[in-house]
Parts: sequence; structure tokens; C-alpha cells
Amino acid sequence: MTLFLGSAVALAILLACSFAALPPTGDYRGPYGDLVNAVTVPERNVTDTVTAVNFDIRGFDTLGEEFILFVSVMGVLLLLRPQGNEPRRRHEDREQGRPAVPISDAVRVTALLLLPVVVLFGIYVVTHGQLTPGGGFQGGVILATAPLFLYLAGEFGNFRKAVPRTLVHIAEAVGGGGYAAIGLACLGAGAAFLQNVLPLGSKGTILSGGTIPLINASVGLEVTGGLVLGLMVYLEETLELKEE
Amino acid sequence: MTTGINVVDILQASTLIFAGVAATVVVLTRQPVSQAILISFYGLLLAIVFVLFQAPDVAFSQIVIGAVALPLMILLALAKIKKQEDESEK
Amino acid sequence: MSYLPYAVAAWLFVVGLYGIVTSRNMVHLVICLAVLQSSTYVLLLAIGYRTGAAAPIFADIPVGTPAVDPVVQALMLTDIVVEVAVVALILALVVQVHKRHGVIDPDKLRDLKG
Repeated sequence: MTLFLGSAVALAILLACSFAALPPTGDYRGPYGDLVNAVTVPERNVTDTVTAVNFDIRGFDTLGEEFILFVSVMGVLLLLRPQGNEPRRRHEDREQGRPAVPISDAVRVTALLLLPVVVLFGIYVVTHGQLTPGGGFQGGVILATAPLFLYLAGEFGNFRKAVPRTLVHIAEAVGGGGYAAIGLACLGAGAAFLQNVLPLGSKGTILSGGTIPLINASVGLEVTGGLVLGLMVYLEETLELKEE
Repeated sequence: MTTGINVVDILQASTLIFAGVAATVVVLTRQPVSQAILISFYGLLLAIVFVLFQAPDVAFSQIVIGAVALPLMILLALAKIKKQEDESEK
Repeated sequence: MSYLPYAVAAWLFVVGLYGIVTSRNMVHLVICLAVLQSSTYVLLLAIGYRTGAAAPIFADIPVGTPAVDPVVQALMLTDIVVEVAVVALILALVVQVHKRHGVIDPDKLRDLKG
């Protein structure tokens, strides 16, 4: 404990000295931010500069980041796969010895009413990524929580049918590979990898920005598929198998 | 060049300090179940800090991931661990 | 005020590190790791901020208005996604270790073999 305290104090002193050499907050001096702000709207016709930086100006880094998510979902699936020597038991969604909690009607109705709203909102966030704050990642996570409403409403049969494993795997793979495929298609069109070669459209519409809406859609698909798979692996154990 | 202290500065400073206090509480809580709820609140607080510092895209991402997806994963892992403990006790 | 975000970032880092070092439960350790990663968000945010400027979304403000740095915000988005990936993977490892060896205390892990 004293070792930690001593090293923590030393770390705090070092951090204080290095932070004192930075410019104070609010005094932004760097040229790169001003340059990007001045250039993005005329050159790319998008109004959300953060999305443009993520998917167009520094698009290659986002390709790597998307694959970080893909690989971590793959790791979770590998680590939590059913082992060969475990008996296949029917797991039930309740404490041992206590009767099952019935899902109240209020929860069912609310969850089922909220489901289409959440799906619509997720699709809105994904498609409007280049106009307003949003984009592929945020909308993808929102869409990934939509099947959980089915689980909350107690519709376990429909929950399993709504997210068949093969379809989600395909969606994640198409989304993940689609990003690289768009880059290769740009190569095929005679420009650099991931260079914006499509017509830019007019500012303020959904199809503005050339390749940015396509990349947004593929990243949204990949994040949705990956997170649904990851959550399903954890939920498999606690899923109640009802006899319909 | 400061033209006096205005409301935005006070809001920024107070939410930052509140976030520091919330992080201390998160670390000092030892039960993981309570911690999952506390980290959801901490994620929401950080998202407010991001909005006050003019970063709406990042605030969106922080709410969606840090206040929804992260506590969900933690609670599901805790449920699985508890189920394994119950099974090994039988 | 101008150095407060840096101080809060350093405090978050040290507090997260304290939580990791003195942890008795591996899930508690993962949550403290998330707190530690959030210190980098505050630091990046503070670097890109300009006083009195607007958000870098030019949907209804003209292009020339002073805005904060969007490149640093793009870095923060990547950082948040990496946090989710790391926490998901480490939680899966924790669940698997608990299934195999039945320990949830990181101090007891060093007695294991194989």
C-alpha cells in the first residue's frame, strides 16, 4: 500500500509538471483543427466534420477501429463457446426453487411499443451521420439494443426467431468486409484506397458526401451485428426455453 | 482574454468536479452490482461534460456505450458468474 | 479553471489505478479499468477546446465561425469503441477463468498452475 502511495504521488507530480507545459484549456493553437473546419464543408459537402474526419479524411484509422470491434466479438464468441464436456441442460430464467416471475402486462406493452420506435431511431441516427451528430457507431449500438426489448417482453420464442445466428453473422461480415470492399472499389476506379470518388451531392441531403453514407451504413451494420452476437452469447445461459 | 466568469465556465468546472467525485465513488464501491449502476450514472455525467465542452458526437457515443452497453455487459457477466457459483455449490 | 480539466484527468487516472491495484474482485477491476480509460477522454477533450467556440457541426452556422477541434473528437470516438472492445474481451476472460478455477479474487490467481 505504501508502495502504491509513493508511486502515485510521484506519478501525480510528473503529470502536473507535464500538464503545466500544455497550453491552458480554451487556448487552442493547433492549425490542423482550423484547417479541417475550413475545408470539409466546401470540399465534401457534409456538415458534420467529425463524421467526415472519421470516415473520409482519416478513414483508414476507422477501418482498423472497426476491425478491433470485430476481433473482440470474435474473441468473446471463442471464449464463451459451449465446451465439449458440459452437459446440455435446459436453463431456466429464475432462481432455483422460486416460482418464475410473470412478466407484467405493462412491461410487455411498453417494450413492444418501444421496439419499432427504437429501430426507427437507430436507422435515423445511422443515415443522418453526415448531417448531424450521429453516425455508424452510435446508430449501430442503438439498433443492437432493439432485440433486447423482445427479451424484456417475455417473447422468448420470437426473440430467438428475430435474431437467427446465421443472419447476424452474415450482417456483421457484410458490414465489416463492406468497408474494405468500398476502399478496394475506389482503387478499381483509378483513385487511391478509400478516396472519395462518388458524386458529392448537395449539402444537407442524406446522400451527400460521396462514399460517406455508404461507409456509414456498412459500419452501422457491422456494429449492430457484432454487439447483438456478443450480447446473445451472454444471454444464452439465462434464456428460458418455453414449451410453446 | 477573460471577460469575467460566465455561466458556462461555472457549469463546466462544477460538472468536471462532480465527475471526479463520481469516479472516486465508483472505485470505492466494492460490490460489482452496485458499481454497474454507478458506472451508468458516471457515463451519463461524462456525456454532460462532453456536451458542455461542445462535443455532441462524442457525447452521443458516450451515452450509448458508456451508459447502456457497458453496464449491460457487466450485469450479464455477473449473472453468468453467479449462475456458475450456484451450480458449483450444488 | 484553465488547468482544471487536466487536473481532473490526472485524478481520474490515479483513482482508476488505485482501484485496479487494490481490487479483490475481477469484475470490480474491469470497471476501474473503464474509469481509467475515461481519463483519456477528458484529457483529449480539454486539448481541443476553444473558449466561446461552437461545436464543429456546420448545419446551421456559417463555415467561418470559430469551432472546436474535430480531429480530437474523432480520436475520442475511436477511444470509446476501443474501451467497449477491451471490456467485452476481459469480461469474457473473467467468466472463463471463474468457470475453470472458481476464483474471482485476482490475488488468488497466482496459486494456479497450468
